[in-house]
Amino acid sequence: MEFVRAHVLVCHGTNCSLKGPAAIVRAFGDQLREHGLEGEVRVVETGCFGLCEQGPTVVIYPEGTLYTRVKPEDVAEIVTSHLLKGRPVERLMYREPVPQQPVQAFPEAQHFRKQTRVVLRNCGVIDPDSIEEYIARGGYAQLGKALTQMKPEEVVAVVRDSGLRGRGGAGFPTGLKWGFAAKAKGDTKYVVCNADEGEPGTFKDRLILEGDPHAVLEAMAICGYAIGSHMGYIYIRGEYTQSIERLGHAIEAARNIGLLGSNILGTGFDFDVEIRMGAGAYVCGEETALFESLEGGRGEPRLKPPYPTDAGLFGQPTVINNVETLANIPPILEHGAEWYRGLGTAKTPGTKVFTLCGDVVNRGLIEVPMGMTLREVLYDIGGGIPGGRTFKLAQTGGTSGGCIVDAQLDVPMDYDNLAAVGTALGSGALLIMDDTHCIVDIAKSFAKFFLHESCGKCAPCREGTKRLYDIVDGFSKGTGKMEDFALLERLARVMYKAPFCALGQTAPLPVMTTLQHFREEYEAHVRDKTCPAGVCSALVSDKKGA
Amino acid sequence: MKEAAPAGCAIADRVDQIIQKHAGRPGALMPMLHDVQAALGWIPEEAMDKIAEALDIPAGKVYSTVTFYTLFSTRPTGKYIIRVCESAPCHVEGAAAVMAELERQLGVKPGETTSDGRFTLEYTSCIGICGVAPAIMVGDQVHGNLKPDMIAGVLAQYE
Amino acid sequence: MGMVTLTIDGQKVTVPEGTTILDAARRADINIPTLCFLEGLNNPGSCRVCVVEVKGARNLVASCVSPVGKDMEVTTNSAAVRAARRTTLELILSDHPYECLTCVRNLNCELQALAENMGIRNVRFEGERSKHEPDNSSPSIVRDNEKCIVCRRCVAACEKLQGLKVIAPLERGFDTVIAPPFGVDLMHADCTFCGQCVLACPTGALHEKDDTGRVWEALADPKKHVVVQTAPATRVAVGEALGMAPGSVVTGKMVAALRRLGFDKVFDTDFTADLTILEEGHELLQRLTKGGTLPMITSCSPGWIKYIEHQFPTLLEHLSTCKSPQQMFGALAKTYYAEKAGVDPADIYVVSIMPCTAKKFEAARDEMDSSGHQDVDVVLTTRELGRMIREAGIDFANLPEEDYDAPFGITTGAGVIFGATGGVMEAALRTVYEVVTGKTLENVNLTSVRGMEGIREASVDLGSVTVKVAVAHTLGNAKKVLEMIAKGEADWHFVEVMSCPGGCLGGGGQPIPTNDEVRKARAAGIYSADERSTIRKSHENPAVQALYKEFLGEPLGHKSHELLHTHYVPRGKYRDI
Repeated sequence: MEFVRAHVLVCHGTNCSLKGPAAIVRAFGDQLREHGLEGEVRVVETGCFGLCEQGPTVVIYPEGTLYTRVKPEDVAEIVTSHLLKGRPVERLMYREPVPQQPVQAFPEAQHFRKQTRVVLRNCGVIDPDSIEEYIARGGYAQLGKALTQMKPEEVVAVVRDSGLRGRGGAGFPTGLKWGFAAKAKGDTKYVVCNADEGEPGTFKDRLILEGDPHAVLEAMAICGYAIGSHMGYIYIRGEYTQSIERLGHAIEAARNIGLLGSNILGTGFDFDVEIRMGAGAYVCGEETALFESLEGGRGEPRLKPPYPTDAGLFGQPTVINNVETLANIPPILEHGAEWYRGLGTAKTPGTKVFTLCGDVVNRGLIEVPMGMTLREVLYDIGGGIPGGRTFKLAQTGGTSGGCIVDAQLDVPMDYDNLAAVGTALGSGALLIMDDTHCIVDIAKSFAKFFLHESCGKCAPCREGTKRLYDIVDGFSKGTGKMEDFALLERLARVMYKAPFCALGQTAPLPVMTTLQHFREEYEAHVRDKTCPAGVCSALVSDKKGA
Repeated sequence: MKEAAPAGCAIADRVDQIIQKHAGRPGALMPMLHDVQAALGWIPEEAMDKIAEALDIPAGKVYSTVTFYTLFSTRPTGKYIIRVCESAPCHVEGAAAVMAELERQLGVKPGETTSDGRFTLEYTSCIGICGVAPAIMVGDQVHGNLKPDMIAGVLAQYE
Repeated sequence: MGMVTLTIDGQKVTVPEGTTILDAARRADINIPTLCFLEGLNNPGSCRVCVVEVKGARNLVASCVSPVGKDMEVTTNSAAVRAARRTTLELILSDHPYECLTCVRNLNCELQALAENMGIRNVRFEGERSKHEPDNSSPSIVRDNEKCIVCRRCVAACEKLQGLKVIAPLERGFDTVIAPPFGVDLMHADCTFCGQCVLACPTGALHEKDDTGRVWEALADPKKHVVVQTAPATRVAVGEALGMAPGSVVTGKMVAALRRLGFDKVFDTDFTADLTILEEGHELLQRLTKGGTLPMITSCSPGWIKYIEHQFPTLLEHLSTCKSPQQMFGALAKTYYAEKAGVDPADIYVVSIMPCTAKKFEAARDEMDSSGHQDVDVVLTTRELGRMIREAGIDFANLPEEDYDAPFGITTGAGVIFGATGGVMEAALRTVYEVVTGKTLENVNLTSVRGMEGIREASVDLGSVTVKVAVAHTLGNAKKVLEMIAKGEADWHFVEVMSCPGGCLGGGGQPIPTNDEVRKARAAGIYSADERSTIRKSHENPAVQALYKEFLGEPLGHKSHELLHTHYVPRGKYRDI
């Protein structure tokens, strides 16, 4: 076994990939060779570390020094100063946003101290292309335990008792779902991983799959065992090239050593996984639309009942779970339901991976216990609003979620509490917006999303998303009328209840919550034909011309 | 980036290969369409006919499926498809300015292809890279944290 | 099957398990409005017009697809339900042309009826409307996508009845449009022009090509000798277009109306139906005795002909070479009749009244000019005739019964049953039996080939040979039959295929609505007309006998081949370029 005295982890999550970590890895390779260190120091390409805004990130172990915004030109100094002489390069070290102090070891950084990385336990730590590293950290042991020491019902019981709820957005109790599928009649059952992550503001599934693909594979196999399925599909959006590649390698690696395929671990249990790609349609994240797409057709949702656990993919009993939901399974089996219930809130145990985007210093990926407030996430972990600007609003749960303002920043974030203030936890996307933005302009981008993504099957959504957009667009162009507000409210009330699926049902929510909190600003656009934030070009130029 | 575009019989052969590869697989339509799109940069009628024949489904069903999805094109596209995200997280970070600059530099509007056949410019919904908004995809590559003055540099990477 | 009791609008209703809320409500005399729902064909639950409130459910529930539950409490007319229905309707109307007054479906449009029943007086949503050019490419059917409400009933009809996907939803969201693939128009798609989509369409988005203008023009032209032929299935349906009950047998009034419209001669396609039996019967016997391609398949349904030309061109030899009765009529009108009447064939204008949209395509086929002129000049659907009668101010219901003109107005019961599925077969067997056995067929009601089942089979003992026959209606069933033939699994000698459910009586040109109930009523009308006929076997038609004596010579003779037989055109599977 090779003994190395230091590890250099270079983040290769897609966000960091943009800045060419390959060059950094090459530079390290060259520099280590030049100084004769290549036998003692190992360079690892890992998954997402979470500090996407400040990439490329490099972590040096054993100290845990976190370097940010590393360029290939910096590598020489890191090697000579840090690795040879033991002196960290202060100018590159991650700094706490307030005060601007460099952090010696990254777990001490506020950003990480406040996190509880269960789902992200391996991201940024292991080389995701190495099944050995996954196994070395306990990977596939839970599959082994399930297959050799537990009955399928017992597996279902642990998941049920843990209180884990679906992390795709709907929050349905996972154990309940697995239980229904286990009891359903059918010789052929399926496990589907929903990796169609289309909710704007959400990129956690992409990075979980890039950083720790085996966790999802292991979880799918465990689910297969629990419900009596031998075939799993990962439906992943076609745009996620890196994740697809990583998954492909992972599946092959697992098959090669017998952890997927026939007779896993000699137990006689067969389970295999195939990747299927989406082709650019947000609606395919809806479970029955996903089945329609996978089976070969337009991604238009189906009637429920029957529910997927009775008749899902190819009409067979199916468990369909989100990536993050699945990534929770191995730790739950390892540490037990009670441990999991100890995290988070009573109604929503566990952690949540949030994706911070918009006007926030530390844009990226974090994982905290359910129940943490947005104020804490935004300021303590997120580093607050850049440029010293003022917080205006945050959209939680993606574009299908509602907006909250300062007064709601102390709401503990879980499914029920956020629903109670008129928004949704949803996928865990947190879009932060400061006071330079125009609320009508933002609402228009929300409405435009649904207009493009409506599948067109049902009338209230097909026509309603168009008219919703038309009305808000009218506001931004100065052609809105005061009567339009009542019309909007009527349209929203109907769209909350009448459309065929959740896409249509949630479409008005973001717009209506912004209207609720920023009525004055909307009315200025309509009554006064002005855009207070100076953004809506039709109204700004009008003013100028006057 | 797709393979160099074959022509005529070569298209037919390539499509036949793709059909063979996925034949017998449940739900083979989408993988076949993906592979044709990747190989040719679009999905020609001829390919749809062959797929319909192979799967014993009406050509209308294949076409109906193809036109539903953003990533499938029924017309030839440029060597690289540029997808500019216009969803809220990119919008609030300045996606409009990025698009405007791309339109200016390329001389085309969204939906159009440059006359040299290099780029097709498209709007897209969220591509799941919001940590580095505003972001675009050029072919399979993602480019993020964009400002208008970076566009020329990005385009220069693609011949 | 268990029974379920639930409450709908305060009323207790008990229905079998599995009944939808919509059906359960009907039993309580509550008619929940629907739009995309089409009994037996389309129920995607997508228009959301039929939504109701169910106590305990988070969202409104589509009653057409939701089964009843024990002790369910349903409200069909609460404020929330009405608001949802009205808003959904206003949304649909906000992208619909306000052309009711000039629309072909004015007063017979489901969208219009809904708007009226809901009391919509104001559509508050404004904004861009979908823009589409109408597709006038074919002689039969017009597609007007601006009037389409994307209910997909047409797609269901094409797919589930005819096994085709000529039109399908394309694009996504607000841009969704129902159209043929590849940007082709209907004329260049694999459409059979059967018109089932037209019958399914709730609005004016799909309708027949209107040829009434050409007919009015011809009628007003003093130089033209305008003759009209009427298909069997029109006489049990045209009354519906004029306010009478479905299936009313209005033959005499139809003849009277046609005279009042100004036709110079009113003839009956039933005559050439009888003629077809003579030709086709002998063709069958020839194949049976001299070894021709078997099974022989009937060829009078033009939708069926176009179908086999596209989908199974290698099996074209199975088709009888006989033209349809409509086309035989046209050829004879401009030869035999022209001679008899002493009229220059160039001045004869042949109009046919058909239950069928595909007949318009058939009349325009290149090869249909054996008379030296286009054999049939114009085809009008039953619906168009209804409009002409109304435009002329004729009080149809009070017309006296009149008779057709001779010689092409003398017909038999065998001719009239052509309008029902199994009718051609039955008519053929009545004649073939007597020709082969030399015996009289005592009971002419060959009920084994009647009925609405998709594919029916029978064996008829003709003494020297037992003839095995099959009857199929709808192209979906035709496909099954053809696949068996292709695989060599079929031992039939003779097969009848009709494109439309119920046969021609359910044709794409018939009055709307045409549903199961209406088709059954029309079928009853057809068979009753047969019962009341004096002559019920084609070969006993004296006018047909005279035709052979004076003009044709013998069945399958030289003149017959010239005028009464045709050939077929192999076409592409997915398109017709």
